Amino acid sequence: MEDIRPPERAFQELLPPMTAHEATVEANRCLYCYDAPCLQACPTHIDIPTFIRKIATGNLRGSARTILEANFLGGTCARVCPVQELCEGACVLGADHVPIQIGRLQRHAVDHVHNRSAQLFTAGLPSGHSVAVIGSGPAGLSASAELAKQGHHVTLYEKRELGGGLSTYGIIVLREPVEVALREVQAVQELGVEVVTGRELTSREELDDLLGRHDAVVLALGLGAVPALGVPGEAAILDGLEVIEASKMERPTGIGRRAVIIGAGNTAIDAATIARRSGAQTLMVYRRTEREMTAYRHEYEFALSEGITFSFLTQPVEILHDEGQVTGLRCVRMGLGAPDDSGRARPEPIPGSDFVIPCDTVITAIGQEKPALALTLGLELDRGYIRVDDAMRTSIPRVYAGGDCVRARGNASTVMAVQDGKLIAASLSHALGQHAPPVAPHSPPEVRAHPLYQAVHHATGPEATHG
Amino acid sequence: MADLSINFAGIRAPNPFWLASAPPTNSGAQIHRAFEYGWGGAVWKTIGAPVLNISNRYGGLSLGGQRLLAINNVELISDRPLEVNLREIAEVKRLWPDRAVIVSAMVDADPQAWRDIVMMIEDTGADGIELNYGCPQGMSERGMGAAVGQVPEMCELNTHWVTSVTRLPVIVKLTPNITRITDPAHAALAGGATALSLINTINSIMKVDLDTLLITPSIGGRGTHGGYAGPAVKPIALNMLADLMTDPQVRSSGVPISGMGGIQTWRDAAEFLLLGASSLQVCTAAMHYGYRIIEDLTDGLSNWMDDHGFATIADVTGRALPQVSTFGQLDLSYQAVARINPDKCIQCNLCYVACNDTAHQCIDLISPDGVRVDPGFDPRANGREVTVTRPVPQVRESDCVGCALCANVCPVDGCIEMVSVPSGRQSVTWDQLSAQQPAVTQQWGAMEDYRAATGIEIH
Repeated sequence: MEDIRPPERAFQELLPPMTAHEATVEANRCLYCYDAPCLQACPTHIDIPTFIRKIATGNLRGSARTILEANFLGGTCARVCPVQELCEGACVLGADHVPIQIGRLQRHAVDHVHNRSAQLFTAGLPSGHSVAVIGSGPAGLSASAELAKQGHHVTLYEKRELGGGLSTYGIIVLREPVEVALREVQAVQELGVEVVTGRELTSREELDDLLGRHDAVVLALGLGAVPALGVPGEAAILDGLEVIEASKMERPTGIGRRAVIIGAGNTAIDAATIARRSGAQTLMVYRRTEREMTAYRHEYEFALSEGITFSFLTQPVEILHDEGQVTGLRCVRMGLGAPDDSGRARPEPIPGSDFVIPCDTVITAIGQEKPALALTLGLELDRGYIRVDDAMRTSIPRVYAGGDCVRARGNASTVMAVQDGKLIAASLSHALGQHAPPVAPHSPPEVRAHPLYQAVHHATGPEATHG
Repeated sequence: MADLSINFAGIRAPNPFWLASAPPTNSGAQIHRAFEYGWGGAVWKTIGAPVLNISNRYGGLSLGGQRLLAINNVELISDRPLEVNLREIAEVKRLWPDRAVIVSAMVDADPQAWRDIVMMIEDTGADGIELNYGCPQGMSERGMGAAVGQVPEMCELNTHWVTSVTRLPVIVKLTPNITRITDPAHAALAGGATALSLINTINSIMKVDLDTLLITPSIGGRGTHGGYAGPAVKPIALNMLADLMTDPQVRSSGVPISGMGGIQTWRDAAEFLLLGASSLQVCTAAMHYGYRIIEDLTDGLSNWMDDHGFATIADVTGRALPQVSTFGQLDLSYQAVARINPDKCIQCNLCYVACNDTAHQCIDLISPDGVRVDPGFDPRANGREVTVTRPVPQVRESDCVGCALCANVCPVDGCIEMVSVPSGRQSVTWDQLSAQQPAVTQQWGAMEDYRAATGIEIH
């Protein structure tokens, strides 16, 4: 009988680390653009040309510092960021050439210090303020780290056994091993952040209690489970996020020989990858077409290269099972109708086009439920997500929120959550009476007033505006 | 197909590429193999006084991941017994009659020592002798090599001792470790040299190891200066070659020059030929990649000559020399400005920062809607779409002095061009100005008046 056990390398990180030589050659390919587009394209605005130059000169510790100053989760982001859509997508060499492998270079620099347990940052002088952060995913970790660097005492609450949230439980090992996520949790602990696991915030009373003991509370809750499909036989199917989690925690995933994944987002592709690498024949079904799928193009291409097949314009209507054991997925063919609210063509079932896909496993990954806790806490919502203002404040005084639980628009991503954490920390510190130190050196006023200085800084020509 | 054969001071070779006197020409077996690959000639590694070489010998210069942009060495002349070298020279020449076999020599500054070695070299059947007056390390401390090349009187005397006893062509190889290359060249001519070659290696300390704090190469914990060679020295060699080829005394002597110093590809070779070399010597490139590079050296040079309609090496030799001038002969009224091709510009903005920080502040950043903007960005914007709003650099030509820094830093070929524009002024050189209006070149007040009168504005 065929051995269907996955090969040993099936669940290792997909891209190998760069060798020192590879990194040097790649770093030297970087033009060191001025006012670089990659820097702007990065939602956390890492000074990419500077960190790459530091790799080129052999200053890896300095390089990691440049990265981690702007993005405390630089190790995770180096692996999970959709770089094609962000920094690498904006690289000037991409125009007619191959962009710099910014993600892999970032990983090279950050791993260098993480593997050596080098501590690059220290907690700020004690401010006397204390903050509770709920949720240790990317937004919570980022906020905690930045707050601790400013001297606030931070208690970080995590409902699960391990910290790290999505990075620890929700990113497939091919992209990010668990150790990388846990290393970042350890890094915030080294900044003096108290990490309390196994503690969940469930009620307004608990929130009020936290507000009584802390100067502020930061909600970095993330999102909920995969929503129900609402079709018969649903109890027999697997939740994509749970499948991913099981694969990361080295628990049985429940995947058999023939798996069907419902959905066509990036998480669906992750779940399909787990199924495929577990040795299953893997088919993804999606009710719209290739054009409308929400997975990034490069993720789709990756799935195809993994041998995952797709059935578009296919709507599941029933899970067939025999005493809980899936035997097939009944679907109906869809046609494309007029555009709906999202501007995408509305898929409509074609009467009488029912068919059955024989399979022993059905996994759904059709998005995540909006944070239910928000309502319980009595927070104002925006399309189901927690409403925040520009300063990341919620409708409850002294309560801030960031990450996926506030993501009413735009792409949910780790790097956006990290940036939210930074914004929360800056906003909170401002509210607590602390102002971030100036980031750029400034000439003394008498120098700026000097005609020679003015001549250089206000060269002739039309009046400049800030770009 | 172009004819690559040369006749250099009576030494014939099927192509102008000779291996320079160095480790690649250390033995008969090596040169035999090199000739099989197609090298036109070889200058045998210097023979002469007894020496002992040491370990290790080479330091390398890497830059931006590119290995061996230069090499330096503390190797001495051949440490193999004289009679072994002489026997192998004779064997090689007998087997390869059409290739140039030149013997480099270096002995004590003594007429008898030179006479003895010259006689031995003549007996091998070699085509010529190269006098090594360049070796900057080890031998110079013993009064040979650069110690001779750096003192014109010694250079002349030693050359004379050789030329007075041999019928073979005598090439004097010059050291670049000197202020004015023409001085030893004149001395060599006075001593009867039939040809010159340059450059030998340049004194250098390649690097200090930042982990061990030892000078590289570290020889039992000590370091010393070595001879610098390889691609990085080419501009120095080209300048010295042009110095010689434009020197009236050298020109009128008619002696040919064998050029070397950083020749790595046929392109480098063509440059040396254009500035007056008529044979070429290669060492570091062969040490880096092996003898096999000769195939592209000859093939590339031949194709380039065909493209330009050059039939022979003599057609190429010296073709760029008429451009070589002194500063005083340059047209002060010539005006070039930088022009950035927006279709080629990839918006790395290196031209902007170079001009703004270190040149003449005449490049502006222009936003897509045509407004001049300062660098910087809106931190709320992100994603690859930011490239759409990225400003493009544009030269304010009225303020551009034509320094060409931007064109040099631009990473895109042909994106920034230096365009000749009319200055509206009469052509005049510094030499003419000094002669016609001496006050202008001697007094700042007069200079300012001149500038005002001719409409020269300095930003």
